[in-house]
Amino acid sequence: MFKKFSPSTDISGQTSVKSSVQRSLRTNILSQWKVDPETFDQIWPKKEPITLVKCREHISIYQLHGEPLFFQHYDGPLFPTLRLVHKYPFILPKVGVDRGAIRFLLAGAHMMCPGLTSKGGYLPPADSGLPAGAAVAIFAEGKEHAVGLGVLKLSTEDIKKVNKDIGVETVHYLGDDLWAIQKL
Amino acid sequence: MSEAESSTAAQAVAPVQVHYCEVCTFPLEYCEFGSSFKKCKESLQKEDPELYDKYYSDEALQAKLGTLSLEAQAKLEKEAAKKEAKAEAKADAALKKKLASQVTIKRIERNKRKHVTSVHGLEAFGVDLKKAAKQFAQKFATGASVTKNLQGQEEIIVQGDVSGEIVELIEEGVGVLKGIPIDNVVEVEDKPKKKGGD
Ligand SMILES: [Zn+2]
Repeated sequence: MFKKFSPSTDISGQTSVKSSVQRSLRTNILSQWKVDPETFDQIWPKKEPITLVKCREHISIYQLHGEPLFFQHYDGPLFPTLRLVHKYPFILPKVGVDRGAIRFLLAGAHMMCPGLTSKGGYLPPADSGLPAGAAVAIFAEGKEHAVGLGVLKLSTEDIKKVNKDIGVETVHYLGDDLWAIQKL
Repeated sequence: MSEAESSTAAQAVAPVQVHYCEVCTFPLEYCEFGSSFKKCKESLQKEDPELYDKYYSDEALQAKLGTLSLEAQAKLEKEAAKKEAKAEAKADAALKKKLASQVTIKRIERNKRKHVTSVHGLEAFGVDLKKAAKQFAQKFATGASVTKNLQGQEEIIVQGDVSGEIVELIEEGVGVLKGIPIDNVVEVEDKPKKKGGD
């Protein structure tokens, strides 16, 4: 999503967000992320207004004091930025890829099922499986911090069963053009 | 995970402090996948030897192999070195290109008394054209805008003949016009063709 994304040409404008909309954003995030309200207040303090940065292809980035906090494509899931996931690694459910897949992910590739099901990969056990379409943080073998974020193309149980083709569509990763924007 | 879930009491969870690399901006553990690994390592060794040991001591290197075979690891390292060399070559080429590119300042006669000045090529030196246009407009109390020329390239058009002044601004490196070698600046004049030539 943020491959070949250039702030000077792909951002169409910045607007303030109505307080009613801010309230519903807050509610949506608290229902979508695994984060308690107290911790989330620390990420986005209640009285502080967030700014919407409108970008090409219906990407919305929300920033606080110039720092991107979360984003959305159309009306899809609300994604925290990777830097936010580094600070609060528990807010998105976790999948893991093996060391061999890291290089491909950093080039923007989607994650193939075998990279998730191999010995170095990680998928949640069946009783806490995730449905297709879920937003996930992608961790990597031998690494402490998440390397990217994505959307499950198949449910985690189907990834184990099918074990070929794309399992996770990469949305945002270390070194992409959203990562490069530390301040807008 | 279970700890985070059970502590949903009124206590906010403190953020994890991540050490990011000053060279490639990645978390330190991912420097090896970037395109400046050698520089990343050198910088960390100098800035923070303790952290350097955490990531690059023999034990750490052994542990990170994980499930990857030695052979695959060797291949990976070879590719990383290639990538690094490529990135360096690219940076070199970009620098050369920058040093070779020209800023053209053109005095254009619109009619007998009216001139405009076009400034072309500033972007090659990392100058934000909109900011530069604003600076010109303020400095000369005139109109200045960023437009596309006939070749579809962006340039700045300033109302009035200010070509000499702009050359001076660049020479002094005023405002956003920093870092442009004056040797790369050329001044030209564009007069409309007169009937019968002259
Ligand atoms: Zn680095």
